[in-house]
Amino acid sequence: MPDLLLELFSEEIPARMQKRASEDLQKLVTNGLVDAGLTYEGAKGFATPRRLALTIHGLTARSADTREERKGPKVGAPEKALAGFMRAAGLSSIDEAQIQSDPKKGEFYVAVIEKPGRDAAEIIAELIPGIIRNFPWPKSMRWGAGSTRPDTLRWVRPLRSILCTFGPETEEPEIVAFEVDGIKSGDVTYGHRFMAPEAIRIRRFDDYTDKLNAAKVVLDSARREEIILQEAKNLAFSQNLDLVEDSALLHEVAGLVEWPVVLMGSFDERFLNLPDEVIQLTIRVNQKCFVLRDPKSGALTNRFILVSNLIASDGGKQIVAGNEKVVRARLSDAMFFWETDLKTPLQARVQKLGNIIFHEKLGTQLQRVERIKSLATTLAPLLGANPAEAERAAELCKADLVTEMVGEFPELQGLMGRYYATAQNESSSVAAACEDHYRPQGPGDTVPSDPVSVAVALADKLDTLSGFWLIDEKPTGSKDPYALRRAALGVIRLILENNCELSLTDVIGQACSGHQRDALAAADISGVTPDLLAFFHDRLKVYLRDQGLRYDLIDSVISEDADDLQLIVRRVEALSSFLDSEDGKALLSGSKRAANILRAEEKKDGKVFDSSVSADLLSDPAEKALAEAVDVAVSKAKAAVDGHDFTAAIEALSQLRAPVDAFFEDVMVNDENAQIRENRLNLLNRIRQATQTVADFSKIEG
Amino acid sequence: MSQSDPHATALDLPPHMRPERSFQGLILALQRFWADYGCVVLQPYDMEVGAGTFHPATTLRALGHKPWRAAYVQPSRRPGDGRYGENPNRLQHYYQFQVLLKPSPPDLQDLYLKSLAAIGVDAALHDVRFVEDDWESPTLGAWGLGWECWCDGMEVSQFTYFQQVCGIECSPVAGELTYGLERLAMYVQGVDNVYDLNFNGRDGDERISYGDVFLQAEQEYSRHNFEHANTDVLFQHFKDAEAECQALLAAGARQRDEAGDGIHKVVFPAYDQCIKASHVFNLLDARGVISVTERQSYILRVRELSKACGEAFLQTEAGGAVAKESQHA
Ligand SMILES: Nc1ncnc2c1ncn2[C@@H]1O[C@H](COP(=O)(O)OP(=O)(O)O)[C@@H](O)[C@H]1O
Ligand SMILES: [Mg+2]
Repeated sequence: MPDLLLELFSEEIPARMQKRASEDLQKLVTNGLVDAGLTYEGAKGFATPRRLALTIHGLTARSADTREERKGPKVGAPEKALAGFMRAAGLSSIDEAQIQSDPKKGEFYVAVIEKPGRDAAEIIAELIPGIIRNFPWPKSMRWGAGSTRPDTLRWVRPLRSILCTFGPETEEPEIVAFEVDGIKSGDVTYGHRFMAPEAIRIRRFDDYTDKLNAAKVVLDSARREEIILQEAKNLAFSQNLDLVEDSALLHEVAGLVEWPVVLMGSFDERFLNLPDEVIQLTIRVNQKCFVLRDPKSGALTNRFILVSNLIASDGGKQIVAGNEKVVRARLSDAMFFWETDLKTPLQARVQKLGNIIFHEKLGTQLQRVERIKSLATTLAPLLGANPAEAERAAELCKADLVTEMVGEFPELQGLMGRYYATAQNESSSVAAACEDHYRPQGPGDTVPSDPVSVAVALADKLDTLSGFWLIDEKPTGSKDPYALRRAALGVIRLILENNCELSLTDVIGQACSGHQRDALAAADISGVTPDLLAFFHDRLKVYLRDQGLRYDLIDSVISEDADDLQLIVRRVEALSSFLDSEDGKALLSGSKRAANILRAEEKKDGKVFDSSVSADLLSDPAEKALAEAVDVAVSKAKAAVDGHDFTAAIEALSQLRAPVDAFFEDVMVNDENAQIRENRLNLLNRIRQATQTVADFSKIEG
Repeated sequence: MSQSDPHATALDLPPHMRPERSFQGLILALQRFWADYGCVVLQPYDMEVGAGTFHPATTLRALGHKPWRAAYVQPSRRPGDGRYGENPNRLQHYYQFQVLLKPSPPDLQDLYLKSLAAIGVDAALHDVRFVEDDWESPTLGAWGLGWECWCDGMEVSQFTYFQQVCGIECSPVAGELTYGLERLAMYVQGVDNVYDLNFNGRDGDERISYGDVFLQAEQEYSRHNFEHANTDVLFQHFKDAEAECQALLAAGARQRDEAGDGIHKVVFPAYDQCIKASHVFNLLDARGVISVTERQSYILRVRELSKACGEAFLQTEAGGAVAKESQHA
């Protein structure tokens, strides 16, 4: 069966668009062919900086003939119905339709639409121009004299030639002839821009890859990546260095060359005084080069790996020298930023934050810093942090936003703050907080443990959350532009992983009043705290479930006003281990039984049985014992919960197991005497009250 | 159009004129190359601009359907790029060589590479690359797609197919080449620091380096840009230029209406004021006195000016308009 080869040769395609484009080309062409009634065995798309290519093998040479019968109106139907049918079926006269009959319907028209199969080449020639014209480039352009025409071709960069051949393996393939905006398809392509620019005639795919290879073009980007990585590692190894791998950079670089040639350069050692991250970013972002590490110390070295697109006649000497020149200039720029930044203490930059709007309704970064400062200072004692240090850290934590270095490399925010704070002799806690208060940035990120960092990180996130809640910009569905879910999860992890005990209600209130002092004087905060607390509850449930805790247990212990996350978790944990024990299982089923009876009887009587148990009405020893046991359990459990000792509370509850079991064994709740019955129901309610001290047992499954 | 052999040209030249020996020789070689292609070789525009693109020979002439080919050197001022003479290749005042071809010819990439050969960049030795860089000038309301052209990792030129200028679709599309002359010269002369470039191609006592000409100025202007420029005066200049631009455009429109010929009468002078506003904005920006929110609104104000100038230009003969029969005739 025949194969199809298509190549769209253009001026340089942006590296970041190549992969997607080769996939789109493959999808669009194969879908189009299948829709036209062809089948194929396999297809693969390719991209280099100058071409998109597609090979499809085992394509059927012709689509099958098709025959379709379309039922129409009854014979003698109104003119209008007949006309509609003829139009839909493509008939010019009703005589072209057949008449069939049906015992129920009688005689009616049937149009028989027969379509003969078509040659694949014809289908391809018709399909591809449309795909080219409507190609889904993220950005496309016009060019040249033709650009005045409204229907001019748009492509990512000027499209220069099209190669399209089709034919069986055993025969000479043929050009599939078509034209797009004056470009006629042919069987010609071109090799490497500098090393083999001549035209090459191509017949089919294997011949295409071979000839391109000979013309210094590696068609497959995965292969180019492989070559670069291997050569880079070898080169590093030969110098006793380690390559700092970077898959995103590798991918990009492979999209910038058709024939990768890996070389090594170096820079002046004095630049090693710059932070490693700055060196790496400078070399990576601006020069698209890889950095190298000393395998022993792990420190960056003054060497780098560059990937060129040329086998130079001098072995690459000039290319290396040229790249070194640029790296030197870039690092010298970074050095300029670094030294300039160091001249101004962070403190002196803080006022400039007044020029940066954080959010139009929430004021400037300076106002934000003031709020974070006051909140972090309040939180500090609760977290074991020195309030003065927390205040200092909060004061400085955003100052690096107005440094030259962060202006150049925004991704270094926080990290530069730490470097500059260290350089100006801030305490190590303050310096660390400048970076770590952004943490955790996601579920995989580490949570700071230094109390100063924790205080500022909590203050930062709580300020953000309460602010956006106050202006009613909460996350909805998949929309969360300010990453508020991430911030809430951050708060949860900061609190839990550091075993902090604090009342969220209180701190949300404090955060809100900070906003009221600033831009939101008139804001109504009354509804915000419970609503934000409920949001925390939701995030906590998701988080704990991901940690492997049972959802129903979490649900059973979170009451509307539960605002100490630490306590919630401890309660769930105690409950969970209790319910794994025999006593726990039995008590759960006993209390469920009590609840079921209560529910049924309360429904019957239309009243709630929540009065106190009258000792005089108790007669059976089992009910007397239970009444006593419940009183003891309730008071012990309450006291234990108040002291946050959930194991003791559970222990108190577990004492109920035996009396509850005995009660159901010996006692008939629905006594004939209405008073006794009611008293017993009130006793059942006491069991519910007892368990309620720890959790809402009705929410627990099982 | 005749295309002379670049190597023959270089060899015909006396040593001090060769691009690999002298900065001015490189400029002359590029001018020669593009003159041979049929460009009008213009002189720098006599105003402070951030890039050769601001020269009316590019901004305004890129508009309308009339063919246009121009090449020129343009001193470019980038106040924020000042480094007190301490950076080896970044200057707050440097020279761009600008080529504008409307419509963009099909072989523009080849022409560019040939022009590099003409100044001695040997493509068998140097790694020349076209790396995505979508060009945009928010103040000019202009954008295009193209590349940064890299030579051994150094960005030596910007290559753009203009799609829109002054907020107006380019029809036809023009191709713009912007060479960073100092950086190219550093390659060709094989020096590591821009200030070491040989400017006049002479040796010994007669040798004048780039540093001899510009180092002191770079230091002084860096001080000016970052420390001394009087921001109150600059804010006033901005307002004045903006008002003057609008006033001139209004005057030209009035005269157009009086003449009844549909031809705008005062476009180039109005555009000068737009250039001025743009440069003053760059200075204020370098001084760090424009906040993030204000920044956007300043950019928009300049863009409004450039848009109005571009629209007025299309109502002139150079912009492709044809005078209507005057109603008063
Ligand atoms: N500050 C500078 N000093 C020296 N050369 C520069 C400087 N900035 C840019 N260049 C050079 O000028 C060329 C054009 O600059 P670019 O910023 O791309 O211009 P434009 O703003 O016109 O697009 C660049 O390719 C680079 O070689
Ligand atoms: Mg650029």
